[in-house]
Amino acid sequence: MARLHIDQVSKIYTGTQRAVDAVSIDVDDGEFLVLVGPSGCGKSTLLRMIAGLEAITEGAITIGERVVNDLDPAARDIAMVFQNYALYPHMKVYDNMAYGLRNRGIARDEIDRRVREAATTLELGPLLERKPRELSGGQRQRVAMGRAIVRNPAAFLFDEPLSNLDAKLRSHMRVEIKHLQRSLGITSVYVTHDQLEAMTLADKLVVMNAGKVEQIGAPLDVYERPASTFVASFIGAPAMNLIPFSALGDDGRLGLRDATVATIGFRPQDIIEVANDNEDGDGLSLRFVVDAVEPVGSESYLHGKVGAERVVVRIDGRAPHREGDRIGIAVPSERLHAFDADGRRLEGWRTPDAVGDAGTAMRKTRAT
Amino acid sequence: MSNAVSAARPLAPVTRRPTFKWGPVFDHAILIAGSAFMLVPVYLAFMTSTHDAVTVHTGGVQALPGGSLVDNYATVMFDGLGFSGAVNGTTMMLNSLILGLGFAVGKIVLSMMAAYAIVYFRFPLAEFAFWAIFVTLLLPLEVRILPSYEIVQSMGLINTYTGLIVPLVASATGTFFFRQFFKSVPDELIEAARIDGAGPLKFFLDILLPLSRTMIAAIFIIMFVYGWNQYLWPTLITTNEDYFTLVRGIKQIIQVWVGSQIPEYGQAMALAVLAMLPPVIVVVVFQSWFIKGLTESDK
Repeated sequence: MARLHIDQVSKIYTGTQRAVDAVSIDVDDGEFLVLVGPSGCGKSTLLRMIAGLEAITEGAITIGERVVNDLDPAARDIAMVFQNYALYPHMKVYDNMAYGLRNRGIARDEIDRRVREAATTLELGPLLERKPRELSGGQRQRVAMGRAIVRNPAAFLFDEPLSNLDAKLRSHMRVEIKHLQRSLGITSVYVTHDQLEAMTLADKLVVMNAGKVEQIGAPLDVYERPASTFVASFIGAPAMNLIPFSALGDDGRLGLRDATVATIGFRPQDIIEVANDNEDGDGLSLRFVVDAVEPVGSESYLHGKVGAERVVVRIDGRAPHREGDRIGIAVPSERLHAFDADGRRLEGWRTPDAVGDAGTAMRKTRAT
Repeated sequence: MSNAVSAARPLAPVTRRPTFKWGPVFDHAILIAGSAFMLVPVYLAFMTSTHDAVTVHTGGVQALPGGSLVDNYATVMFDGLGFSGAVNGTTMMLNSLILGLGFAVGKIVLSMMAAYAIVYFRFPLAEFAFWAIFVTLLLPLEVRILPSYEIVQSMGLINTYTGLIVPLVASATGTFFFRQFFKSVPDELIEAARIDGAGPLKFFLDILLPLSRTMIAAIFIIMFVYGWNQYLWPTLITTNEDYFTLVRGIKQIIQVWVGSQIPEYGQAMALAVLAMLPPVIVVVVFQSWFIKGLTESDK
């Protein structure tokens, strides 16, 4: 168990192209860190640099008290779970878990004790004598996790461990991983491109884009206060609606104070359907044309347009709307997010009293 | 089809004659012709090997068993053959076995190591080294036989097993097969092994070698048979009859046409049949592995 300290780490493959660009992250002892981002954002490269599978071009990575830049993967005291499990196909489950311990010269009965203990934790007991090809995907994933656990490492590294599983098993394993990490209390770094996995697993969420860190924070903080348009569109499903400020035709009701606002964002579930657009409260009120209705059971999503901009609206239960319907929608102003021309989040972009008014006015509307 | 018909007319008697289908007959005709093509020469060789030399000399290849089975086989296995009469079938078979095994094992060891270096290690000119090896696939032994002979001769390795085997163990085919196989082993496996504390040697011995089992078996069969059937190289490199291989020995028997002496056709055929046996045994024993090696993709 250890702290993990990533200090100004960069990865440069050829020339000047930076796959990972000056990333600094601190992971506390026992913390579950999730790196999330689209494919090619450098999250896996960063993980592999922590593991020692990629050389670190610039910066330093510290595990516990040691700078590990020049250490072999085996000497870093980490364990890794791979996307395709990477089990040794010719070894039984038992030997798969014991292999790393044997290479470290640990006594035979100690190995046996640890493997059986991990097997009990992961309910792998009856499978110990089987070969990986005789196991299902979920079981293989558990063996891969067992291989990591028996090592009792300073840190766990997970490289998209659930993306080869089907949806149902994935949500089950997600809970299992979370539970396991909690009970073992081992510092973990988890890479995924799935924002749902990221939100539910993380103690600390790191959103990456194009080799850079976009935002670091608790999952709900990141969700509530996305630091950039990229984070806003990546975290949360369906994604946040982002509309150029100029397309809104603001009549002053937003109480704009900061003239650098370039984009206004609001989440589909913060939208209220209103009877007409002559709303008396301030905030955003728009005309919305329905293009498609997507019922998913407990809720429905209306896909459509405001002017020329695509917008998604979430409706509780079943939506009575049809394609082509024109409806009025409103967003309470405290639920609005503003971003500047570079996509950075803006705070205090509205006059203080406008914030207060809008809040009360809209809450009333929502209650009715 | 017939079910549907009988269901439609439940009262009709079930004695309907099945229609004759030409398809299977045609299929089997092809299969039988193919089998005959492969088996008849073997059958004729075996039958001829049971006759004495005179019968064969006057009557040609024999299709029916004769009376000299035990005589012929015992003679070729245990009596002195050839020009000096110093070597018998058993010795020649042993020589062939040494050549075949040394050839196959040497090729596998060498090409596995070469492929391991090419696939898993980054060194200058690695790609060039591979293509240099690959290009030699295009050059059969016969093309380089004179320089090879010159080298072996100058090293004083004529009439030794070393001279017989070592110059042939470099294998472009083997290196190429193992390279392709190693490339298909997922990268995560070596990464997992690195994290598990396995160095290059341990990874090779603990992971790669067991994974290559079926591949090794497949290449062993091919190379053993290839080595067993070598003719030109052993002919060049061995002048001492103690080092003669079976394939050479057969020729030696036929080549005694001196004066009125009749070549021992029956014995030559017996030796040929015996020469076929070890490769057949190897193929039969390794067959299931061989097929797996060529088809299996479960890694």
